[in-house]
Amino acid sequence: MLRDLAGQIETLVGGDDAGTTEGGDFADVLGLTEDARPPDDPALARLLPDAYGDDPDASTEFRRYTERDLRAGKADAARTLLGTLPEDGGRVSLSVDEALAWLRALNDIRLTLAVRLGIAEQMPADLDMMKPDDPRYAAYAVYDWLTGTQDSLVQALS
Amino acid sequence: MSVAPAEIETPRTDEDSSVDRPWVTIVWDDPVNLMSYVTYVFQRVFGYAKPKAEKLMLDVHHKGKAVVAAGAREEMERDVQTLHGYGLWATLRHDS
Repeated sequence: MLRDLAGQIETLVGGDDAGTTEGGDFADVLGLTEDARPPDDPALARLLPDAYGDDPDASTEFRRYTERDLRAGKADAARTLLGTLPEDGGRVSLSVDEALAWLRALNDIRLTLAVRLGIAEQMPADLDMMKPDDPRYAAYAVYDWLTGTQDSLVQALS
Repeated sequence: MSVAPAEIETPRTDEDSSVDRPWVTIVWDDPVNLMSYVTYVFQRVFGYAKPKAEKLMLDVHHKGKAVVAAGAREEMERDVQTLHGYGLWATLRHDS
């Protein structure tokens, strides 16, 4: 399951929108994003938020220069998670760097899930009150598990 | 780091006076990010000791947002980019 979720993140940030450079090689070499609008996909928009709350032009400029690196960093974290996940599950041993990558990847997965599922602050209460045959139950349970896992990892690193 | 910027009496001119007016990095509360994670990120990114990082995290949590750093625009842009890398919701603006 974790493998699937991390793979989805890798696809999400590695995806095409706002990444194609019709401006050509020059922009490519400099790592610029030609079409630097906020992503339409709300999950992607949460992973790649505006930097200037009150200045869309400044946000666009910032995005132009930084978005590619940000996407690449997130894709790398997802790939590290994928790379350190044993095929048939079981115990995982991580170096500090790998653990940090896991933290960031888990966080991106949770952010994405929360947007997709409309999860907000009251989620823990929702899960307790939800019946197991509620169609949302499985997704919420996964989110809950990811939250606990990320928290354990932070505690282990702290 | 909540350093209160000094009040500088600068005559307003047409030139960009951003050199005199510091910029700030703001972190916004969101329902997904774990308090433990946010605290940890503040420690790593800004080098704050844990109590200070925790206090800032609680500020963000209780007030909806908090200033976590101040300085030159370029520094704040780097901070925001780093924080976005960790999945925090951060913005920068002129301190006013």
